[in-house]
Amino acid sequence: MNDWPLLSIVTVLPFVGALFALVVQGQDDSAKNNMRMVALLTTGFTFLVSLFIWVGFDPSNPGFQMVESVEWLDGKIGYKMGVDGISMLFVILTTFLMPFCILASWNAVQVRVKEYMVAFLVLEALMIGVFCALDLLVFYVFFEGGLIPMFLIIGVWGGKRRVYASFKFFLYTLTGSLLMLVAILAMYWDAETTDIQVLMNHPFSPEMQFWLWIAFFASFAVKMPMWPVHTWLPDAHVEAPTGGSVILAGILLKMGGYGFLRFSLPMFPVASEYFASFVFILSVVAIVYTSLVAFAQEDMKKLIAYSSVAHMGYVTMGIFTMTAQGVQGGIFQMLSHGIVSAALFLCVGVIYDRMHTREISAYGGLVNRMPWYAMAFMIFTMANVGLPGTSGFIGEFLTLMGAFETNTWVATTAALGLIFSAVYALYLYRRVIFGSLEKESLKSILDLSTREKVILVPLIALTILFGLYPAPILNVTAASVDHLITNYHAAIETAQKTAALIVVQ
Amino acid sequence: MQPELTLLPDLMSALPEIFLAVGALVLLMIGAFGGERATPAVTGMSAALIALAVIVLLFMPVDGASFGGAFVQNAFARYVKILTLIGSGLAIAMSVAYGRAEKFERFEYPVLIVLGTLGMMLMISATDLIAVYLGLELMSLSLYVVASINRDSVRSTEAGLKYFVLGALSSGMLLYGMSLVYGFTGQTSFVAIAETLARDGSSLGLTFGLVFMLAGMVFKISAVPFHMWTPDVYEGAPTPVTAYFAAAPKIAAMAMITRVVITAFEPVVLEWQQVIVFVSIASMALGAFAAIGQKNIKRLMAYSSIGHMGYALVGLVAGSQAGVRGVIVYMSIYLAMTLGTFACILAMRRKEGMVEEISDLAGLSRTNPMMAFLLAMLMFSLAGIPPLAGFFGKFYVFLAAVEAEFYTLAVIGVLTSVVSAFYYLRIVKIMYFDEPVTGFVPMPSELKVVLGLAGIFVIFFVAIAGPLVGAAGTAAKTFF
Repeated sequence: MNDWPLLSIVTVLPFVGALFALVVQGQDDSAKNNMRMVALLTTGFTFLVSLFIWVGFDPSNPGFQMVESVEWLDGKIGYKMGVDGISMLFVILTTFLMPFCILASWNAVQVRVKEYMVAFLVLEALMIGVFCALDLLVFYVFFEGGLIPMFLIIGVWGGKRRVYASFKFFLYTLTGSLLMLVAILAMYWDAETTDIQVLMNHPFSPEMQFWLWIAFFASFAVKMPMWPVHTWLPDAHVEAPTGGSVILAGILLKMGGYGFLRFSLPMFPVASEYFASFVFILSVVAIVYTSLVAFAQEDMKKLIAYSSVAHMGYVTMGIFTMTAQGVQGGIFQMLSHGIVSAALFLCVGVIYDRMHTREISAYGGLVNRMPWYAMAFMIFTMANVGLPGTSGFIGEFLTLMGAFETNTWVATTAALGLIFSAVYALYLYRRVIFGSLEKESLKSILDLSTREKVILVPLIALTILFGLYPAPILNVTAASVDHLITNYHAAIETAQKTAALIVVQ
Repeated sequence: MQPELTLLPDLMSALPEIFLAVGALVLLMIGAFGGERATPAVTGMSAALIALAVIVLLFMPVDGASFGGAFVQNAFARYVKILTLIGSGLAIAMSVAYGRAEKFERFEYPVLIVLGTLGMMLMISATDLIAVYLGLELMSLSLYVVASINRDSVRSTEAGLKYFVLGALSSGMLLYGMSLVYGFTGQTSFVAIAETLARDGSSLGLTFGLVFMLAGMVFKISAVPFHMWTPDVYEGAPTPVTAYFAAAPKIAAMAMITRVVITAFEPVVLEWQQVIVFVSIASMALGAFAAIGQKNIKRLMAYSSIGHMGYALVGLVAGSQAGVRGVIVYMSIYLAMTLGTFACILAMRRKEGMVEEISDLAGLSRTNPMMAFLLAMLMFSLAGIPPLAGFFGKFYVFLAAVEAEFYTLAVIGVLTSVVSAFYYLRIVKIMYFDEPVTGFVPMPSELKVVLGLAGIFVIFFVAIAGPLVGAAGTAAKTFF
């Protein structure tokens, strides 16, 4: 298995499934079911194959593994794939979440099922490619290519304001990415290559780093999304179909954080140091402000979307502390949020499928009719709040620990966010689940079906497992993160020495 | 050294052109004596003639100069000529079904296209001011007539007249510029002009001449501020003619501008660079903003092409080998995208006739999923979204601009491309998100072929990017 181009296989598999789905003809119910089965089997099989990546991964090696390289454009730009401790788990997260998305859309999507499944499979392939790419241009192609299927998913299968939301999503992200493209071009001329491994060791001049960092930040901050460019996210989340929201919250948002770790920190260390406090401010504002905004929401998806922005604030804060705890915590928080927020959107999807509304006020007292649902929703709400024993706690704790080491004020303010998140999450839970079941329409609501249990139980298991025993994830990331931090501090030191020399001269 | 005295110049390098010229005259005779009945045969033979010219260019490459150095055949010329011939040949093919349905089958149409193509090929190869002008006029005169070929239609004649008046003005400016350049350098050959400029430096009169020349040439690629004719001519001319206008002449004119500024005016690079920078930024911005309000898809494509010419010029601004390569790659991709899009526009036909409103595309993804999918891919490609071809076009021109440290230009370029993405997305939105209206009649098979080829090119460009960019690089190397 070692000689196989495993990463390319995992990337291409969903494409193959998509092509296969395109061949299936027919509009009747059996054709639709076939389509769903094709998509489910493809994503399931992709997940199983991707597990081989984890099996074959050597956690003690901080560098890139399973590297594949093929000539592409005039020798300087190549098709290169590989994973390290930072990216590997995101690949698994992607392949892991996809079957759930397909299952969640099983009955919810009834029109144009074929196109829906094809869009999802193509999106999956592109997202895996983003995390595996070891060439800057290849990364960019995957990174931005994902806009096309996501645009269609929101626009075709979305809610009432889907057109507005899809355009906003597309144009916001495109603006950021294109500025990054200009930076990529500049890096190409400076380093004569777009190979990420080479670029990581290429010393960009401090002045150039400054501009490159800003351009990359424009892209990743929008994708993350960081305050104040987060406004596309609530719209996109609210209008997207459940599967789309899951992917958006679970994986697309992680690309921003991944980008910071893969590019901004190792390639522009001096600029990252310079801008760290700027990022801290934005992160803390995101944590506090969006938590308060979340509290005021009437729409469940919007509330969770704002809470996502707040949680991503912990990630950026953790990453830019440049401490082992902070960065590890940031990665862990992203993975945990990938599971928890995806599960929360799935939970919203469950009742949306029944009642076709996301208004919080339309619900109340669900615990009387839906005990299983109430339990699942509670676990994920607690994980979202960061209750010890759930995976949410580990990430927030580690990032705060990193922040305390760097800047106490930042950490203190961010810790306030923990309280706010408990406020809005518990308030949501109380309004939806508790109380007496008074509304007529809810009297006949059914509890989780087998399909829904199949979706939610593995997510519950993982949330609690990683909450109690985070070692499998932290072990994988440890070596690469240490390597990243060491290199980063070494680069800062060299830069300071050079600066000092210039002053002396 | 005295030039060798021969009866005829070495004609082998001009073989494809001679071939086209003779062929066009023969076809004209066939048409003249055969009358309207001969139209299908003439159309078929014109397409075959162009295909043969491509084969000659591909498989019998003879490099070298002829006609006292006024005509040159090399890798660059060959590459661009093949693009031009593809554009013209497919334009003829795409007109067949339209001509039959709209009753404007005239044998002059394919013959004029062949003659226009001949003019473009001369323009591409010209290395002398006079040769440039001759080629340009041959092309333009053919185009004026073709624009008004549907002489019973008011809009078509109006388009032709408008194009003629403005085109004649631009030719005048070009000629005025050329005479100034000749007056201040004493040369008409590009190489000699460059030598003189390198020795004597620039002068005010030369700058004037240069600007006038650029104005005349920029008119042909419809870049701002000489773009006014484009939307009206695009809208007024019969759609197959618009498809022809949008592709081949722009490629040829772009090649001509490239050759003129890179060879003749290389020593005064700073003088033309600022003009091109302005034209480029203005075109990108106007193309992006003016297209937003358009309802007619042909007008929209007119503004879109103005914008695309702006992007292609970004590569030229750099004035480097990477820049010329960027221009060539961009024009290759532009050709595929334009032809594919116009194949779709030509297929917008209901039982009662052609329709041109963007809203007529509503819900196309249900009524004709394949066409909608390919058109959507073409739109995303025009917007420059990876992994589609349009992205790589932009990538290579901006790559050159960044190398030459035109950062502001690159940033403005990417920002305008966000604006233009808006209206391309709007077409996708109308096709995919809106409720369907009456479907179109089935697409003629030749349009299906063109659309299919364009779609394959756009989607699978990632796979062929290596060899294609390599070929463009070889072509660009001939200048340096």
